[in-house]
Amino acid sequence: MKNLTSWAIIGLTLTFLIGPFIIIIFAGASAGESLAFPPDGLSLRWYLKVFTIESFRQSFVLSMGLAIFGTLAALLLGIPAAYALNRYELPGAETIRTVVASPIIVPGIIVGLALLRYMVIPLDVTVTVALFMAHTALVLPYAVRVVSSSLNNLRSDMEEAAVLLGCTRLQAFTKVVLPNIRGGVLAAFILGFVTSFNQVPVSLFLSGPGVRTLPIDMLAYMEITYDPSVAALSALLAFMSLAIVFIAERLLGFSRYV
Amino acid sequence: MSEKYVSLRNLTLSYGKTVAVPNLNLDVVEGELIALLGPSGCGKTTTMRAIAGLLTPTSGTIAIDGRDVTRVAANKRGIGLVFQSYALFPHLSAFENVAFGLRLQKMPETEIRQRTEAGIATVGLAGFEKRKPAEMSGGQQQRLALARSLVMEPKVLLLDEPLSNLDARLRLEMRTELQRVQKKTGVTMVFVTHDQSEALALADRIVLMKDGKIEQLGTPHQLYAEPATAFAAEFMGFENIFRVQGENLVSDFGQLPLGFKATSPMLAWRPSGVQVGQGPLNGRVSASSFAGGHREYVIDTALGQIKADAPIETLEVPLGENIAFDLPKSNARQLSE
Ligand SMILES: Nc1ncnc2c1ncn2[C@@H]1O[C@H](COP(=O)(O)OP(=O)(O)OP(=O)(O)O)[C@@H](O)[C@H]1O
Ligand SMILES: [Mg+2]
Repeated sequence: MKNLTSWAIIGLTLTFLIGPFIIIIFAGASAGESLAFPPDGLSLRWYLKVFTIESFRQSFVLSMGLAIFGTLAALLLGIPAAYALNRYELPGAETIRTVVASPIIVPGIIVGLALLRYMVIPLDVTVTVALFMAHTALVLPYAVRVVSSSLNNLRSDMEEAAVLLGCTRLQAFTKVVLPNIRGGVLAAFILGFVTSFNQVPVSLFLSGPGVRTLPIDMLAYMEITYDPSVAALSALLAFMSLAIVFIAERLLGFSRYV
Repeated sequence: MSEKYVSLRNLTLSYGKTVAVPNLNLDVVEGELIALLGPSGCGKTTTMRAIAGLLTPTSGTIAIDGRDVTRVAANKRGIGLVFQSYALFPHLSAFENVAFGLRLQKMPETEIRQRTEAGIATVGLAGFEKRKPAEMSGGQQQRLALARSLVMEPKVLLLDEPLSNLDARLRLEMRTELQRVQKKTGVTMVFVTHDQSEALALADRIVLMKDGKIEQLGTPHQLYAEPATAFAAEFMGFENIFRVQGENLVSDFGQLPLGFKATSPMLAWRPSGVQVGQGPLNGRVSASSFAGGHREYVIDTALGQIKADAPIETLEVPLGENIAFDLPKSNARQLSE
């Protein structure tokens, strides 16, 4: 009896988690003209059509660029920040941690609106630059957090040993610290990449004419054309995310860091 | 051979406002193996870190080989440090761990190879070159850490409780190993330990520390046979230490008559120095245990508990029975406060 209940709960959970994903896969594989489930016969035409839609191609490139370079920028800022917070007794370190984490605590809508009102409009930066800065800020908390946790596992006497063997502090960092937190850095990169790529609310405020991230572009597309290509694209993107996480897990035990 | 190869003058070391080591003066002789011995928290690690340059002194100077290095950065002092935790680089093989410092000096690859292999051989790790530290035993890691410091040919090698993570058998083995390496390379070694038997077995001289100050400095024999203070005596195994008041020995519990005239304010006896089975004094056996070559008694007396080792030939006195004993003059160690 007890067994049955627990299986039922597991089953329900899985249904709600995986169900939508399966619906999307089949909705995209429809042979019909409009988005529907169950699909109107099966075909791969919408999956192929996705690749021919010019605006999707453009926004995919933008989203890719934002995810890769925004995350790299976040790591460039986040690794030294995590290192400093970890190794030195800075006054107000707790406050700094909270501030750094705020983009994940404050709802995206508010972050987006604030960035639009107080950065994009007064500074008059281009949409692409605004998006880049916003995505960097959004990924930064993950970078700091994940890198911090792998730094915690690294004893600081290792750096001292390196210094006594002739390293400068900087060399000790690049030759001893970095190689040993490589896994954490990669994990932070993947987490940041996926977060940035799937980000909607902030991008919604900052996207401008002709410059849209892929999720925003998909929303816009659906408002005009209600065909299964959006479902097909969603399924493809979900597969991409899954593949990345799967490879990461295989290569470096990703789940250890998150 | 310099008598003042490492020279600490009026060295004060502190963490923020707390002073860990006030005004330390110490000279280390070139080529000797000197042990810093003392209880936990007495400032041994702190002193080491200052010599290595990892901790900046609040005041005072540190000179090595006649040169004032107080303001010289840690990576320019030419000092090796073997950490208690070994601090090996987990991402590098044993070979690369040892070669690490040599590579920084940009020496030719053939020389790096040659010196690294020699270093690894010195500590008996030939054949382990490709292993990662995590794939080595505690003793092997310790030897690897030693090799990594040794190949740099440091002026001074500091070792912070390098044997404390090892099991008893390995610890004895590594003691001999350390002594062998020291004799072979002639490097000046400063060795931290809180284990008196380790210090006695290894060191040419022992610095006994208490609360950041030097309590006594001398050869192992001097410290063992002639501890000057109650603290030193306790560290060297004098378990029965009492104050002298006129004709009596006194403790917090009471007093016993002393059979001779004492000239020092305190007297101490090792358990082996207490005579059991006969004598003018009396007590009750409160614990008794067989320890191989002798029997260890704990005797309840007017002074409190007295520990006494009786030769195994003497008649065993059962628990709770009265036992006669003596605190003979010949075995008494005179102590200052
Ligand atoms: N980072 C630190 N911050 C503040 N106080 C410290 C710090 N490190 C050590 N101390 C204090 O300085 C004193 C000396 O410490 P030290 O580590 O030198 O002792 P030790 O003799 O090496 O002891 P142990 O045998 O336990 O290693 C201690 O009272 C300790 O509490
Ligand atoms: Mg210590």
